[in-house]
Amino acid sequence: MARDDTAVLVESPGRTTSLPTLAFQGLPSTLCKGCGHNSITSALIDACKSVGLDPYYTIKISGIGCSSKTPAYFLQYSHGFNALHGRMPSVATGALVANRTLTCIGVSGDGDTANIGLGQFKHACRRNVPVVYLIENNGCYGLTKGQFSATSDLHAHLRREAGEENVIPPFDLCLEAIAAGATYVARSFAGDRKQLLPLLKGALRHGGTAVLDIISPCVTFNDFSSSTKSWDWAKAHEEPIQEIGFVRQLPEIEVEQEAGTTTRVRLHDGSWITLRALSHSEHEVTNRAGAMRFLVESQERGEFLTGLMYVNPDRPDFVGLQEMCETPLSQLSDGDLRPQPDVLREIMAGI
Amino acid sequence: MPTVLYSVRPRSAGADNVSSHPPVNDLAIRVGTVNGSGSQSANLVLLRAINGMGIPCSGKNVFPSNIEGLPTWFHIRASGRGYVAHRLDTPVLVCMNEQTAADDVRQLRPGSLCFFRSDFKEDLAKLRDDITFFPVPFAPLAEEAFPPVPTDKGYRDKLRKVVNMVYVGVVATACGIEMEEVRTAIRREFPGRKAKAAEINILAAEAGAAWAAANLPMDLPFKVERLDVTTGQVLIEGNKAAALGVLFGGASVLTWYPITPSSSLAEYAEGYLKAHRTLPDGKRTFSVIQAEDELAAVGMAVGAGWAGARSITATSGPGISLMTEFVGLAYFAEIPVVIVDVQRMGPSTGLPTRTNQGDVVKLHYLGHGDCRQIVLIPGSVAECFAFTIEALDLAQDLQTPIFVATDLDLGMNLWLSEPFAYPEKPLSRGKVLDAKALDELGQFERYRDVDGDGVCYRTLPGTEHPLAAYFTRGTGHNEKSGYSERPEDWKRNLDRLALKLNGARAKLPAPVAEHDVGAKIGLIAYGSTHPAMTEARDLLRECGILSGYCRLRALPVSEEVSAFVGKYERVYVVEQNRDGQVCSLLRSSLEGTLDDRLISVTHYNGTPIAAENITNPILNWERTFSEHTTLTNGTGLPGESARGGDSSE
Ligand SMILES: Cc1ncc(C[n+]2csc(CCOP(=O)(O)OP(=O)(O)O)c2C)c(N)n1
Ligand code: SF4
Ligand SMILES: [Mg+2]
Repeated sequence: MARDDTAVLVESPGRTTSLPTLAFQGLPSTLCKGCGHNSITSALIDACKSVGLDPYYTIKISGIGCSSKTPAYFLQYSHGFNALHGRMPSVATGALVANRTLTCIGVSGDGDTANIGLGQFKHACRRNVPVVYLIENNGCYGLTKGQFSATSDLHAHLRREAGEENVIPPFDLCLEAIAAGATYVARSFAGDRKQLLPLLKGALRHGGTAVLDIISPCVTFNDFSSSTKSWDWAKAHEEPIQEIGFVRQLPEIEVEQEAGTTTRVRLHDGSWITLRALSHSEHEVTNRAGAMRFLVESQERGEFLTGLMYVNPDRPDFVGLQEMCETPLSQLSDGDLRPQPDVLREIMAGI
Repeated sequence: MPTVLYSVRPRSAGADNVSSHPPVNDLAIRVGTVNGSGSQSANLVLLRAINGMGIPCSGKNVFPSNIEGLPTWFHIRASGRGYVAHRLDTPVLVCMNEQTAADDVRQLRPGSLCFFRSDFKEDLAKLRDDITFFPVPFAPLAEEAFPPVPTDKGYRDKLRKVVNMVYVGVVATACGIEMEEVRTAIRREFPGRKAKAAEINILAAEAGAAWAAANLPMDLPFKVERLDVTTGQVLIEGNKAAALGVLFGGASVLTWYPITPSSSLAEYAEGYLKAHRTLPDGKRTFSVIQAEDELAAVGMAVGAGWAGARSITATSGPGISLMTEFVGLAYFAEIPVVIVDVQRMGPSTGLPTRTNQGDVVKLHYLGHGDCRQIVLIPGSVAECFAFTIEALDLAQDLQTPIFVATDLDLGMNLWLSEPFAYPEKPLSRGKVLDAKALDELGQFERYRDVDGDGVCYRTLPGTEHPLAAYFTRGTGHNEKSGYSERPEDWKRNLDRLALKLNGARAKLPAPVAEHDVGAKIGLIAYGSTHPAMTEARDLLRECGILSGYCRLRALPVSEEVSAFVGKYERVYVVEQNRDGQVCSLLRSSLEGTLDDRLISVTHYNGTPIAAENITNPILNWERTFSEHTTLTNGTGLPGESARGGDSSE
């Protein structure tokens, strides 16, 4: 929560500190002006400040692509790692078991996740690795100059109105995420900051794989009027299914008062997501099979529905399942890491 | 120049006359069985019984890539002279598998003994008249020892396994292996709740022994006698040794994907970690992750190393290929991680259960652009233990991937060793700055060479200090880890990495060199070739050829190697790959014209290397040289490989 322009109160287990706003900012973006990825970065910075994320205990890990460059543009007090194309999930998994106190923001693109990285993406979801997994989805490979990705729509055109036509239907990454086991799955649009902010905040406070498939127009290669990933098309067709709110660790009673038409989901750390249906009031966000049917049907109807598709705050996350000691593995002493000489003697005697 | 006529001392079984008895304690047994028939326990019992008599011994499993049904062989060697390498001529053959029996018999040297199942359709004895054949009624003997249990549905299956223990008794009696040691070994093989199975198997072995005592001549030629020179030693596989290295090296994250012959390393390590690194409250000081593939396995290990864990992954050649992209990144981004490569033969199908040293140079250059990786090469199980620990420390010290290159022979076969020594040094933590240090310094640049040794300081995520964070990237970067495409930044980084690598040489396990006084030839080898080298040098000595021997234990090679090569007229580089990879590497890195002295000797058919695979080609070369008058450096010696290593097989 930003107190004023210069100080942000951050909360980590066991401590509360105040950090300057610049801790949440990064270097100036070198992406194209108007790129959807920049809008997401800016929303992310606000979301981090607003939930009081501690940058010292946050890591930013990305794959490769224009999208994957963005961790340089936010949270400069956090360690970042621009890793390999499609391999952000494995690096995140390793870093999180090495230090269980860290929060991980993983940034990826549609090519990075749906093409080269589909395997690692799905396995991260299957494990429920606690990572905020952002897919900045522009329906093309921005960094290698506009080629089709596996989220390019059927009949989409390559680079321009008259460009070559895509004849293969896309993956729906929300559907893939839910099928694989992700526990917080949402779709949003870089231009819908109102919706993106609470979704990001909820993801940051969710303790499992939180996948956000965010349509993020590439102004250079995929922003012509027939493109479903263009600013104009997305603005015109986006249909938020809920009005979403994020409530930070309020006492139960206050959330209760908001009841009524609102669905509430209590997140891992005690925060709440509140949802008021705008359309599709029949959609239950905690129903996995229902969420998958909902996504398949909306895809068949050609709709661009955004909002929280599925959430399950109860499934244990991968780091928790490791049964590790409280102290992060990265900080264990020699005594914890190397058994005593008598242990070696006994093992040798047994061999 | 004296001309010596070289000939290899005939091996015991090579004697023309069966009655000329070879020395005791020079025994090799080959058992041909069917994979999945439970013969492994029987083979281990034989091996342990010999070990119990204090005779140096080794056991090698030559097995198929199959779960059940294909042929498999077990080689046991006992040697009073301490030779534990693979032996090509096994004077005692046990045929339990008719499929391969005839072929196995054809390979025997004259004078050998062959025990075979009397129920084979083919009468093996008709194949040769220079072998002594003993048909043994294994099945009836087994059934006598373990009569049918009508209530036991699994009886047939158990009987099939018990049959194997009968040959243990037969061979033990024929070769002088003490039955008391056999009984002890069986009880060891079937401990605790399996005590009943132990007693059944003991009866089966005793039935075999009784049959042998009644039916075999007393004076069979291949005998062992109690020696008690290996007291206190352990029999252990390299993978188990390396797994103990994971435990005592303080590894905290182990990631892996199953692949023969490295899987057992990770599985043993997981077992040891669970047993010895679990706190009283049940919480663990480690994490083991079986990844979805080797790409993810190494990605997790790199992520963990970056975040401050002591991370390690184990794989074999095909897995290394998948790991390559991450290794290149970790080299440039300078992230500590340890990768154990238990080498096997060929591509992903290849010969996954056969041994080879074909990855060594690939590992050294793994990555993209200008990469040179550090590779530790253990030559014994004790070194598998020590080098795994060393690798975990070096990774921290040097902030780079460290490879440990073993192979299937070292990793999956049983070797004798003194009990491993507890590590003396505390764990290395490398150059890591915490919040307090950052406060004192007042500045931090991730890739600035503050100490002038090419190794920079790093910080870990979770450091509460505004100066701590940096952005790790494979892209061109400046000292602040900022994006840079400036030629001078890229070059400065590469030069620093070269400086770091150069400085590392002194920290790596140094080569071990031995010299015979008056030797004119030198030998270079590494890894699992070592036991065969020891024996080969003795055989060469018996032919009048003295040698110096330098065992490499790491890449990049130490400068001492040039000095070693400089001492000899010729230096044979012996390795288990076709193209003499390390020989080529040495040729390009030795000082001056020393490269002219190198001759490559190679072995690459998938079986473990034997002394003859080394001595035969070397003797051929030496004959060639002795036919010339003067043999000095640079006289147009044939320089290319003497690829005769496998021709005899
Ligand atoms: C192994 C590998 N193959 C190919 C590339 C080249 N490459 C870089 S970015 C990229 C595609 C990125 O697309 P996306 O993830 O959608 O990101 P965007 O640039 O659209 O944000 C490709 C193919 C690479 N870096 N690594
Ligand atoms: S090419 Fe496209 S995706 Fe890349 S920065 Fe430019 S607009 Fe963004
Ligand atoms: Mg893209």
